[in-house]
Amino acid sequence: MQCGISAGKGIQLEGPGGDMQWCFSQVKGAIDDDVAEADIISTVEFNHTGELLATGDKGGRVVIFQQEVENKNLPQFRSEYNVYSTFQSHEPEFDYLKSLEIEEKINKIRWLPQKNAAQFLLSTNDKTIKLWKISERDKRPEGYNLKEEDGRYRDRNTITALRVPVLIPMDLMVEASPRRVFANAHTYHINSVSVNSDNETYLSADDLRVNLWNLEITDRSFNIVDIKPANMEELTEVITAAEFHPHQCNTFVYSSSKGTIRLCDMRVSALCDKHSKLFEEPENPSNRSFFSEIISSISDVKFSHNGRYMMTRDYLSVKIWDLNMENRPVETYQVHEYLRSKLCSLYENDCIFDKFECCWNGNDSVVMTGSYNNFFRMFDRGQRRDATLEASRENSKPLQVLKPRKVCTGGKRKKDEISVDSLDFNKKILHTAWHPQDNIIAVATINNLYIFQDKVN
Amino acid sequence: MAGADGDDSLYPIAVLIDELRNEDVQLRLNSIKKLSTIALALGVERTRTELLPFLTDTIYDEDEVLLALAEQLGNFTMLVGGPEYVHCLLPPLESLATVEETVVRDKAVESLRKISQEHSPVDLEVHFEPLVKRLASGDWFTSRTSACGLFSVCYPRVSSTVKAEIRQHFRTLCSDDTPMVRRAAASKLGEFAKVLELEYVKTDIIPLFTALASDEQDSVRLLAVEACVSIATLLPQEDLETLVMPTLRQAAEDKSWRVRYMVADKFSELQKAVGPEITKNDLVPAFQNLLKDCEAEVRAAAANKVKEFCENLPEDNREQIIMSHILPCVKELVSDTNQHVKSALASVIMGLSTILGKDNTIEHLLPLFLTQLKDECPEVRLNIISNLDCVNEVIGIRQLSQSLLPAIVELAEDAKWRVRLAIIEYMPLLAGQLGVEFFDEKLNTLCMAWLIDHVYAIREAATSNLTKLVEKFGAEWAQNTIVPKVLGMANDPNYLHRMTTLFCINALSEACGQEITTKQMLPVVLKMSNDQVANVRFNVAKSLQKIGPVLGSNALQTEVKPVLEKLASDSDMDVKYFAQEAISVLDGNFSLQMVQPAFLLLQIFLRNVRSVETPDPVDEAYFVPSPDQTCRFFNVLQNSCQNQPLAEYIGKWGLPVVFFQLAFYPLLIHKDLVWLAAPEEMKVRMLWSVLTSEEHAEQNRIRLLTPALTLTAAGM
Repeated sequence: MQCGISAGKGIQLEGPGGDMQWCFSQVKGAIDDDVAEADIISTVEFNHTGELLATGDKGGRVVIFQQEVENKNLPQFRSEYNVYSTFQSHEPEFDYLKSLEIEEKINKIRWLPQKNAAQFLLSTNDKTIKLWKISERDKRPEGYNLKEEDGRYRDRNTITALRVPVLIPMDLMVEASPRRVFANAHTYHINSVSVNSDNETYLSADDLRVNLWNLEITDRSFNIVDIKPANMEELTEVITAAEFHPHQCNTFVYSSSKGTIRLCDMRVSALCDKHSKLFEEPENPSNRSFFSEIISSISDVKFSHNGRYMMTRDYLSVKIWDLNMENRPVETYQVHEYLRSKLCSLYENDCIFDKFECCWNGNDSVVMTGSYNNFFRMFDRGQRRDATLEASRENSKPLQVLKPRKVCTGGKRKKDEISVDSLDFNKKILHTAWHPQDNIIAVATINNLYIFQDKVN
Repeated sequence: MAGADGDDSLYPIAVLIDELRNEDVQLRLNSIKKLSTIALALGVERTRTELLPFLTDTIYDEDEVLLALAEQLGNFTMLVGGPEYVHCLLPPLESLATVEETVVRDKAVESLRKISQEHSPVDLEVHFEPLVKRLASGDWFTSRTSACGLFSVCYPRVSSTVKAEIRQHFRTLCSDDTPMVRRAAASKLGEFAKVLELEYVKTDIIPLFTALASDEQDSVRLLAVEACVSIATLLPQEDLETLVMPTLRQAAEDKSWRVRYMVADKFSELQKAVGPEITKNDLVPAFQNLLKDCEAEVRAAAANKVKEFCENLPEDNREQIIMSHILPCVKELVSDTNQHVKSALASVIMGLSTILGKDNTIEHLLPLFLTQLKDECPEVRLNIISNLDCVNEVIGIRQLSQSLLPAIVELAEDAKWRVRLAIIEYMPLLAGQLGVEFFDEKLNTLCMAWLIDHVYAIREAATSNLTKLVEKFGAEWAQNTIVPKVLGMANDPNYLHRMTTLFCINALSEACGQEITTKQMLPVVLKMSNDQVANVRFNVAKSLQKIGPVLGSNALQTEVKPVLEKLASDSDMDVKYFAQEAISVLDGNFSLQMVQPAFLLLQIFLRNVRSVETPDPVDEAYFVPSPDQTCRFFNVLQNSCQNQPLAEYIGKWGLPVVFFQLAFYPLLIHKDLVWLAAPEEMKVRMLWSVLTSEEHAEQNRIRLLTPALTLTAAGM
């Protein structure tokens, strides 16, 4: 046990979860180094059972992977994920009224709780949210009256009796069909979608507004938060992310570019312009700089599965908040504190505006988020341990254990350490997802999806 | 029906069956909607053994197809062999009851409820109840939500052991993990309670009701409010206090505004259900709180109920309760910050005057009305004006007229045309209330000003407003006040205003009668036929057609005809068209307008029938009109041919008779349905027309006639 050591000093430990080790399982996507713009992964999301894993990309496509049934002969190969369905969710569009191009890039994917044999997900680009149904079909009808199965027509004079088609088994076919299109409700870019625990409504948030939709009604949504000032010159902050509480159907939060999180209770009022709680940490004056405001902007907010905590990601850190304590986070983890001295160059190459996401493991004991150089970070909350791991082709032999990586922060560089200056800022991990029960994680580099799992002892 | 070699009558059915799996949704939908025709052709045996199994597995389809299927199956009992076999319909409906689309599930449940009545008590236990159980314990919430709607239909007709099981299932669903199911259970709670024995209402329903009403999700709690109404009506008065009221009180003070909104929205029903005593002691304070609620949506819902609530108060101390408890809250609402609240109140507040009587109205309500009449929001003012009649009965409108006039004028000149439109609609009502002198003095100018509004919708509404005013005040009044002004506009430099004159004449001629129309209006219309704007000229033609019936035949022949004939040779195509149409209508032969739809229909029929005739028909949109389409077609035809023999009529219109026979062909597909439903006279005509035509081939005639004659012989 390494109790007492404050996290974030870059101390390298065995790995989160005590003696848990992560090993490579799969990598998806093209191997060559030329990255087509359309192939850049823009979101990753497990469904509620973890059986399916969806990714969205800049080309507007959604790819769904399905976990194979466990292979009894090779117990160490736990259930690989293979492509289940691929479909074009959004197409590029042009708004003629505003002369605006609307990118097809998938900003978010959210799975709906399963309601029948089919699966449903919401996918959104900047303006339009779509509800997709992914269903299986293993039977097809056979038997026509007027033609043969091969399409040749029969002489109509030979028809002496009616034939009712019968269904016969066929190879499994997976179909994705758009069920609803929720359009024309957002003036700004949609950054979040979140399904309510009442299974009936969901919210969508853009830079200045949060809208509430009924999943079955596409022509109407209710604006529940509007932070647009009467005069746009007075605009000081924007909404960066929003999420519903996992159990309380009346509670949602939204984060802002100023580093605050507002919690709203929809029971109090139909319009949630007034928040019920404001989570904000007083700024440390010693760290004050030109970049303070930019790096305090929250890029992602996620409730823990148990609904007690929420996690926020800003540029340099991950913070865990207890919903019952508004004045400061209960835990703060530094993701890449060593970049603080390099903010100036990160500002120049726009990296400082990267929106890193974060996620919880199944029992809320570990959190994960991405960094640069294809590194991603895990923080074990109970044990106060952290780990830096790397998603790379070099480590992609089956079941190869991921070696912890370490970034050297000044002074002498030890063996196996990487100096801050040699980090590749073009390789970044913005999107990660954790299987809802098991220790299986999906980590998206620019155009590859890595799947890692804990080593079975 | 089936059987004979290469039977032609099988062909349409074969097409229908094949199209059950066509790639085009519209064609599949068409086929599904004619499922009864298919089933009829197949016979009950094959419907049960082949068609239904196929349909059971068709749940991959589009929602609209599934919806149509779910609906069809509810009426299928006879087609599967009657009540004895009705349980064969359960499997397809069961799978439809689990699809994700709510409308489809609801329709499937509706059909299941319908056919449950056709089950014998034994079948109900053997087939139907197990289905309900399966749905209730299904893996997915879709099936469990569907189950909620089925308990109440089978409960009354099963044995007591099964009843106990059903109650148990319902209990389980009320505490389901997913809020969807709990919501479905909560919304069916009242309905289920109604079929339960009173003792079980107390022992089973009340605990469930209490639990759902304190569910963690407000979307569930608010549905319990609805159940509260039906449960309260079932229980004896003495039990209400202990069993229902605690929950209701709690709901009225719920943390969530949506629950309180629901209480406010259902307040009148609740009030009736709990009776006068509890209303006095509990609901009055609760209602006061809702009127003062911090959420505007709740206040608006409560404000909407003010009149109804007061009306339903026990009469003995109604006035006292209103004056001391309700009115103070109402007074506050008049100056509410939210305009929806104010306008909700404005739509009912006038109703209080009848309840409170003349003195109270003058003393307490009048100031409120006057404040609302001056409200900044036009909707509030409009709502007050629209309900003036209630006050008029009690205190007379004179009390209000001083404030009324400025309010009306302001609305009449509002910058938003929808507001102007709304006030125009109240003009006839106001005119009736205020009387003719007041109207002439103050409002007439407004009505005229609207005629030259720059928005067409306003001009149009102003025109029909004039008609209503003339109906109210009489032709003489029209002649003196309106007609001169309207006719004056005929010389307006703006052609839109000139056209307004014509529209007014169209609207007014009937109400004004022959004399005014002939003597005053007609000359103006005729003069306008020389207008330089074509739009005005063809409107002249339309106007003449319109006012023709009002004019005497003398005027028609000597004045109207020549002008129309002149217009019929106009250089403008539209003017020509409308003039010709007016001529043919006024000639009184038959209306082109009436014939056109028949023509169109014939063409459509023709095209579709032709596809049957071509050797390669399957890819074409083969279309069998439904029985009521066919009936409609013949109605149109019958109307337009008036009393002439059909064939003659068709011949006159240059339509080859054989076309008509082809159009007749699809009818024969529905021979059993349409033929029998057709009026006797129509049958005779149809047959007659086929028999008297000489142009078509013998075989055609035989093909067409045989089934009809067979049926005629057998059925008529």
